[in-house]
Amino acid sequence: MLAPYPQLMVAGYRRYASYRQATLAGLATNVVFGLLRAAVLAAVVTQRGTVAGYDLPASITYVWLGQGLITVVMLWGDQELARRVRTGDVVIDLGRPWDLQAAMLATDLGRAGHAVALRLLPPAAFGALLFPFRWPERPTTWVLFAASVGLAVVVSFGIRFLLNASAFWLLDVRGVIAVWGVVGGVLSGLVLPLAWFPAWAQAVLRWTPFPALFQSPIDVFTERGDAVGVLATQLVWAVLLLLAGRTVLARGAGRLVVQGG
Amino acid sequence: MIIQTEALRREFLVGTRLRRRRVTAVEDVTLTVARGEAVGFLGPNGAGKSTTIKMLTGVLVPTSGRARVCGLDPVRERRELARRIGVVFGQRSQLWWDLPLVESFDLHGAIHRVPAARYRERLDECVELLDMGGFLRTPVRQLSLGQRMRGEVTAALLHSPELLVLDEPTIGLDLTSKERLRSFLSEVNARGDVTLLLTTHDLPDVERLCRRVVVIDQGRVLVDDELAVLRQQFAGHRTLVVELMEPAPPLLGLTGVVDVTVEAQGLRQRLEFAPGATTAAELIAAVARHVELRDVSVFEPSIEDLVRTIYLR
Repeated sequence: MLAPYPQLMVAGYRRYASYRQATLAGLATNVVFGLLRAAVLAAVVTQRGTVAGYDLPASITYVWLGQGLITVVMLWGDQELARRVRTGDVVIDLGRPWDLQAAMLATDLGRAGHAVALRLLPPAAFGALLFPFRWPERPTTWVLFAASVGLAVVVSFGIRFLLNASAFWLLDVRGVIAVWGVVGGVLSGLVLPLAWFPAWAQAVLRWTPFPALFQSPIDVFTERGDAVGVLATQLVWAVLLLLAGRTVLARGAGRLVVQGG
Repeated sequence: MIIQTEALRREFLVGTRLRRRRVTAVEDVTLTVARGEAVGFLGPNGAGKSTTIKMLTGVLVPTSGRARVCGLDPVRERRELARRIGVVFGQRSQLWWDLPLVESFDLHGAIHRVPAARYRERLDECVELLDMGGFLRTPVRQLSLGQRMRGEVTAALLHSPELLVLDEPTIGLDLTSKERLRSFLSEVNARGDVTLLLTTHDLPDVERLCRRVVVIDQGRVLVDDELAVLRQQFAGHRTLVVELMEPAPPLLGLTGVVDVTVEAQGLRQRLEFAPGATTAAELIAAVARHVELRDVSVFEPSIEDLVRTIYLR
């Protein structure tokens, strides 16, 4: 028998692996939207030549990696903890001899592993085979990219955990999640490369964790900027967000009112 | 003592921001439970049973008062306590919805760091006693309620807890499933290494499993005693049903009998008697002096009647 947290990671993977049709449907959606986005960006870049360092292959690569990373990073749709607080099922989670945040992180990493295999690699391969693609020039980039994706998942988990933990105070987090759904994609560089933003916006975003979600791993893959510096920033955000999550959870659990008898 | 509480109290704020009021769910619960006991924790809806249980398991912070469970402070030492107790909430699930049942057990074993050999032994035993072999590989979401509850109880026992807390474990189950669960729990408790604390509205659960009953209402302990003692103290009347060889007029005037109902044209008579005033044996003898008996049976007052009397008091 494995130690608890690795076992939870496996369970996180297995949980998603049990829904094959949903995986396929999601994959198809990602690819269709990828085609649309690739067409739009290609139109812009072919008209203007290079935009902020993005030529055609770099733009295409940016789109397909981004499409693949959506599910890996799970930008939207994680309301599990909030739902459990709302229904009171969180008593079960708090009544287990584990570190709840670590347990949820382990489960989320397992989920992300499934997403890398089935939601990141296929669209990326699809884009790489059918479009001009910018492959890494240095072999080490592959390792750095893997690490950056891992950190992006942790940063995303940290943000989602905080959003969800607000349920200890708000009970209903739909509003919070909806706002995040709108701003998250834009600020993290999913919608457009952050390099295309005005200089002041880029300057502000540099001090937020959002670029660490999408822009960072894509930059590492396409070898824009200093990869080690990007990874270091991601790491700092990952640690800060996890620590903030622990504090919030401890406070939230202390004022917990268990719903539903 | 495995559970010890002193003047445990918990208040909640309810209502909207503009109209808040303070509700006391548990006002004053002082309770001790010894190792190996099986205690039925009864009370009407809203009496404070679940709130008390959540304070005992450390997930809810008491407003005031003290609690110690397994020698630990439930809130401050919640994780350590979680290793030593098992909890089953009849209305919630601790299994992983999307995974086969056995994988939930594996996870549970891992989380509790149960040594592999002991885990196997314990699991095999539960699988056999609860007849779960047929659906171990079925995802939890596809299990029937009865199957799932057997899984819930197993999960709560895999780490050999000292105390098993069951919050309405038989809710929604059919009679067969209830009976299977009760006989399993009674066997587990009879071995003496698990203390049971059980809340339920299903009084046969209590009858089958618990020697001692604690009744709470409006956040206070109303009654705390052995079930047999309560029976004597509060019980309504026992009923002796006599079947006669020949029809006879109502058997009036026997000592201790408070009411007589005649059925089947006088061939069957129901004699209600007060437990303190006479015994079933004396009464049967008295009846036999008057008429020829074919058969007799004695009905105990139901625990439902008993609890109703206590609530009304």
